Order: sequence, then C-alpha cells, then structure tokens
Amino acid sequence: MSTRLVTIRGLHKRFGDNEVLRGIDLDIDEGEVVCLIGPSGSGKSTLLRCINLLEPPTSGTVGAAGHDMTHPDADLDAARREIGMVFQHFNLFSHLTILDNIAIAQRRVLGRSKAEAHAEARRRLAEVGVEGKERAKPAQLSGGQQQRVAIARALAMGPTLMLFDEPTSALDPELVGEVLAVMRGLAADGMTMLVVTHEMSFAREVADRVVFLDGGVIVEQGPPSQMLTEPTTERAQSFLRRVLHPVD
Amino acid sequence: MNAAQRTALTVRGRRRLTRTVQYGVFAAALIALIALADWGRIADSFLQVDIAADMFPAVWTAFGNTVAYTLLAFVFGMLVGVPLALMRVSGFGPYRWLSTVYVEVFRGLPALLVLFLVGFAVPQAFPGVTWPGGVYGQVAIGLGLTSSAYIAESVRAGIQAVPPGQVEAARSLGMSHTRTMISIVLPQALRIVVPPLTNELVLLTKDSSLVYVLGVTASTMELTRFARSELTDTANATPLLVGGLLYLLLTVPLSALARRLETKGDRR
Repeated sequence: MSTRLVTIRGLHKRFGDNEVLRGIDLDIDEGEVVCLIGPSGSGKSTLLRCINLLEPPTSGTVGAAGHDMTHPDADLDAARREIGMVFQHFNLFSHLTILDNIAIAQRRVLGRSKAEAHAEARRRLAEVGVEGKERAKPAQLSGGQQQRVAIARALAMGPTLMLFDEPTSALDPELVGEVLAVMRGLAADGMTMLVVTHEMSFAREVADRVVFLDGGVIVEQGPPSQMLTEPTTERAQSFLRRVLHPVD
Repeated sequence: MNAAQRTALTVRGRRRLTRTVQYGVFAAALIALIALADWGRIADSFLQVDIAADMFPAVWTAFGNTVAYTLLAFVFGMLVGVPLALMRVSGFGPYRWLSTVYVEVFRGLPALLVLFLVGFAVPQAFPGVTWPGGVYGQVAIGLGLTSSAYIAESVRAGIQAVPPGQVEAARSLGMSHTRTMISIVLPQALRIVVPPLTNELVLLTKDSSLVYVLGVTASTMELTRFARSELTDTANATPLLVGGLLYLLLTVPLSALARRLETKGDRR
C-alpha cells in the first residue's frame, strides 16, 4: 500500500467576507501527480498555499509529508523543508547569485557546509538544464531559466512533495516548454506533485489525476483521460470548452 | 479676447515669449546685483587670501572632527536604527509600540535639545555617569539618537519595499521568520535604502555643527565652531567662506552619490 502524502479534511479559507475555499477534502498518495484546474478565482492557488500553511486555513485539517500542519504545535519550518514550492513569479532571491539562491537554505536550514551546498546546487542545476549561470543574478536569466532554477532550489532541500503554483503562467509562450520538460522529468522519477496549471496538454500527459475546482469546492475529479475529455458535470464541461476551444 | 486675437499668437510663439521674458528678468536681476553691490567691501570681508591661508593646517583638525562626529553618529544611528526598524515590523505588539514611541519622540525633538539632554541633563541627573569616549561618545549618542529615528523609518520603508514573494519563497524552504529577515529581507532592504541613508549622512554632516554647545576645546572643535572662532579672532568673514567650502567638499559628492545610487536603483 502506498503512503498518503497529503490529507485535507473540511478545509475552509476566508479572506474577510470572501470565502475562497468552502470545504475541501483531498488525498494525494506518494508518487501521484495531481493537476488542479479551474477558472481564475476558484481557489486553486489558495488551496495549494494552505498545504504548506503559507496561507493559514480558517478551519479544517491539513496533513502533508507526514506532518500535521494544522496542529497548534506543528513545527512548520521542519515540515516546509520537506515540501518544495514553486511560484508563478519564480521568487528567486534577487540579491543572491544563482548558486547562492540554491545554497542558502541548504546552509541556513539544513546546516550543510558551503562546499556541500554548492555541490548539491550544481547537481540540481545540471538536472534542470541551467549551467554556466552559477555566478549570474536572477535578473540576468530568462523567465524559463529562472523558473528552472526555482525548481532546482526547491529540489535541493530533498522534498518528498512538490507544490507548483501556476509555474508557467508568467512565462513567454516559447519558454513554457522547457519548464514543463523539467516537471515531466520529475514526474517520471516518481516525485509526488500537486500542480495548479492551465496547461491542459501537460495535465493530460503527466497527471495521474485531474481535480476540477470551482467556487471553492472540488466539483469533479478523475483520471485525465476521463476528466479532460468527458467530464460529467456541466460546470467542468463548460470550463473545458472555454479552455480547449477559446475561439468557438 | 476673441478667437481671431487668440490665434494671432501661436502656441509655440506664446511659449517663446514667456521664455524670453523669464530670461530678461533673470538677466536684469543679475546685472543689478553686479552693478549695485560694493565689490571691494565684499572682497574685504570674505576673500582675504592671507586670512584663509592662516587657517591651514589647523582647519584640518576641525574638518577631521566634523567627519568623525558625523560617522560616529551615523554608526550609532545604524546600530540602533536597524533593530528599531525590525521591531517596527515585528508581529509582537510591544516591540512595535516601543519602536513607534521612540521614533516619534526623537524625530519630533530638535537635535539641539537632544544634545543638551545627553551632554548636560543626563550627567546632572545621574551623578557619576559619564559617557564613554568623552565628547566623542556624547556626540555619537546625542546626534545618533535623533539620527537613529530617521534611519529606522528609512529602513522600515526598505523592509516593506521587499516583495512579499521573497519572504514566501524563504519560508517555503523552511527558513524561520528571523532567518528570513536576516538572510533575505534585510540585505535587500538595505540596498533599497542606500540613497536615503546617504541623504541622512549629508544631514548629519551639517548637524555636527551643533556639537559646539557641548563646550569643545581646540582639539575637539568641528568646522563651524572653528570658523566662528577664527571669525572672532580676525574680525573678518573669510573663515566662514573657507569653512563653508569644506562642508560642500563633503556634502556635494555625497549628494551626487545619492542621486547616482537612486537612478541605479531605478534601473534594477
């Protein structure tokens, strides 16, 4: 039996009067790749951010990577080491070189030596295909390179679970492919991934399961072959019609 | 004015006329100044070369003291101001309140009054208490207290200008709040506030002239006090001109540096 890496029960999140998440139950098994799709404002990103508690839930429980995240005594810093996160806008540390971006948390959080951290950083950079830029600052890289470095930065911590928050939405169209290729490789290596995305072809090809979120609830979920071609709910049908055939 | 008259002067023509009038007024004022001023008398009171020459090399001691007072106060201001800025953005209420009160008090008080407090009131109220470093220590604290309040506000603004995504990325990697502040936020914030801090240094350079109220000796005199005593000795204003030029020697390059850093910051 495979291990359960994410367990979400009755998750609600409210910003003032705006209830963004209205009761989410979601499980993710080890090695599973789950794509979260849905219209903008449906709560996809909020759900993702509630998993590592960047956004504290209003109510409900979240378990992730073996940690009871919503327990009052949870050591969130320890849990987050094991939960990698990749952001829409990369969020590389703008004052640090590429190498130090990947090394700093290894050194300050995991206590690795500079040499160890740099060696690991170089390995991860090779893995995501960004080489020869070790001494550059993030602003000198293309968006696609920056996002791949951000993935390397998260991987260097040795996470058991990776969260991707619209990782290709801020990229020029011709740079999307290189980031998706890295993610495809990760999935093939068995990484457990939860991906908020608008890339339906990626979801179709890589996801084990597609979860459709609308109005703060999970409306429908299933394997991509079924979810993306013959969804049963009217809301999912209309969303997919708009996404897959925008000109119709 | 009817439509025909208004079109008689084109937009460009009107602009040219305005410009010509401005130049004319400026030139007239300049000519009047040159013609009416008593240049011989002005030269007598401000431009006595031998008086200026007599100020050297002693003036360098005063110049050095001005620099030393400024830097001491700035270092004290940074040592106190940066922690204050961190307290100002802390999640812990009492830190925020304490820092807010401190900043409001020392921004609201004249630097001169704070110097009096440090130099006279405290030693009187707490007999036996002496500031380390003599007059240098008094200046570092007396001017530094005021400066730290301004520095704290600048650094706070810098901290808040760091994009929240930087903090989220750091926290998502497992960095604690404190570690995120030290390794990610502060280094970026300090870069952002280099131009305002350079301006603070210019202001401090000028405020160092207040030190004379502490009662200085020949060896601890700064530029303004030195120039004034020369003014008294020679009954001539030339020392003020020399002192003023030496201030500009410090402040003009600093201001230019601040401007350059500002434009560089914009490009980043």
